[in-house]
Amino acid sequence: MTMNREFIINIMIFGLLIAVGIGAHLAGQGFTVTLATKVAILGLAGVGLNLALGYGGLVSFGHAAFFGIGGYAAGVLASHAANGDPLMFGFGGSNQMLVIWPVAMLAAGFAALMIGALSLRTSGVYFIMVTLAFAQMIYYFAISWPRYGGEDGLSFYVRNAFPGMNTLKPIEYFTICASLLGLALVFSGLVTQSRFGLALQSIRQNPQRATAVGIRATPVRLTTFVISAMITALAGALYADLNRFVSPSMFSWHMSGEIMVFVILGGVGRLCGPIAGAAMFILLEHLLGKVSDHWQALLGLMLLGIVLFAPGGLIGLITKGLDALRKEKADV
Amino acid sequence: MSALLELSDVSASYGPVQALFGVSLRLDEGKVLALMGRNGMGKTTTIRCISRLLPHRGGSIRLRGKDLGGLNAPRVARLGLGLVPEGRRCFAPLTVAENLTVAARLGPWDIARVVALFPRLGERMGQVSRTLSGGEQQMLAIGRALMTNPSLLILDEATEGLAPVVRQEIWAGVRQLKAEGLSILVVDKSLKELETVADSAVVLERGQSVWSGPLSDLTPEMTDRWLGV
Repeated sequence: MTMNREFIINIMIFGLLIAVGIGAHLAGQGFTVTLATKVAILGLAGVGLNLALGYGGLVSFGHAAFFGIGGYAAGVLASHAANGDPLMFGFGGSNQMLVIWPVAMLAAGFAALMIGALSLRTSGVYFIMVTLAFAQMIYYFAISWPRYGGEDGLSFYVRNAFPGMNTLKPIEYFTICASLLGLALVFSGLVTQSRFGLALQSIRQNPQRATAVGIRATPVRLTTFVISAMITALAGALYADLNRFVSPSMFSWHMSGEIMVFVILGGVGRLCGPIAGAAMFILLEHLLGKVSDHWQALLGLMLLGIVLFAPGGLIGLITKGLDALRKEKADV
Repeated sequence: MSALLELSDVSASYGPVQALFGVSLRLDEGKVLALMGRNGMGKTTTIRCISRLLPHRGGSIRLRGKDLGGLNAPRVARLGLGLVPEGRRCFAPLTVAENLTVAARLGPWDIARVVALFPRLGERMGQVSRTLSGGEQQMLAIGRALMTNPSLLILDEATEGLAPVVRQEIWAGVRQLKAEGLSILVVDKSLKELETVADSAVVLERGQSVWSGPLSDLTPEMTDRWLGV
């Protein structure tokens, strides 16, 4: 019953995002379409982290590393393609999203395999610190990498291409991002309901109990960490294309924190939680950012409220609200 | 008869504190062995050593002749050891069906057979396990261990803290498992119930096995001295 109700809420949230994008396009509000695209992309990054954090209990404070790797994969490949300057082994880069995405995901997957293999030897606060340390290492590497702009970042002036679509049109780029978000949600839902996902949730609940029934915790967690990183990297590549710019800030701990905020605001371990969280974040940034530069103070208060009074996040609040409404109707 | 499980002079420690000083026992195929002793005598520690949740320091533990030293807990579980830990340890956020599915491995035990053993679970398949009663959670913990298709089932205080009616239900299940030929190592304080199911017993006293033999050979003096009954 709970699953069905949450499934409906998930459909509603994803549907609302699509409706906002299409509605804004029909109303000629290109900027709002771009905001909806940003929600879809950051939501996708959150969907990636949610797999590790929400379902696996892996509090990674280094997911910006994968977001940035995805972004830089897009930026580097695009800049080489634009300059005609070979990247390596005669490969001259690419401005095709269908080439960029797999490269971004594979690069982040490989990095996650290395980072995960080391960091998963630890747990709790040490895991948080090790993942953060790796992300910061990559951040400082990017700053000191003049070939690709160093601290100033790297601009590419034409958005990468997708067959049959004009990615420069906001609605078409929104369609691509929302479709990928939809696919990631379906994939994430299937993974968490599979036997692998159940094993992951069992390990989160009690690793020792899980091992006693024959579940090998480390391979399950490492696989999850890698998948989670690959999804986040895809979001990074899309984000780079949205802004047509990448910079070391994509790797910074602020970014890791923001992705985590999306997940916590929306609801840890809730499928569409990261979309709700990202939407709330963007909305606050957009509305309150005009009023004050210190809009994040309010975000902090909201986060505090969610953690203290609504651990299920926005999705949990919606679920509770619907329950109360149903109960009220039943009483009448 | 071949030994399914054999412990020889096993010792173990929690950090600097030694808990087992030499535990030996033998469980044959298709038999039920009761591991007895008062609280704090090393029963759960022995079980943790057998299931490799705690590495033993000395002695040897063999399952079907294979030395378990150096293996990890998942490997031992895959070798055929099904553990029902103390305290009805289900995976709380998962449903009954999910708790059973997550442990499933190929073999004669499947969800239908678990439900046949404990029909109550059949009525609760879609229910989140944290909302089950204590007895139902215990049935689920046993069912989950059976889903691993073990050759040896270990029950650690399986009926502790349960209502008498539920205890009877669980003991009936254990007796059925014995009748089907499953080897069982059982830890429980109920001597009366153990007498109906166990072929033999081992008594632990201060981390050492001090007596072994058929339960019928336990004299009132022994039970008074070692079990405090």
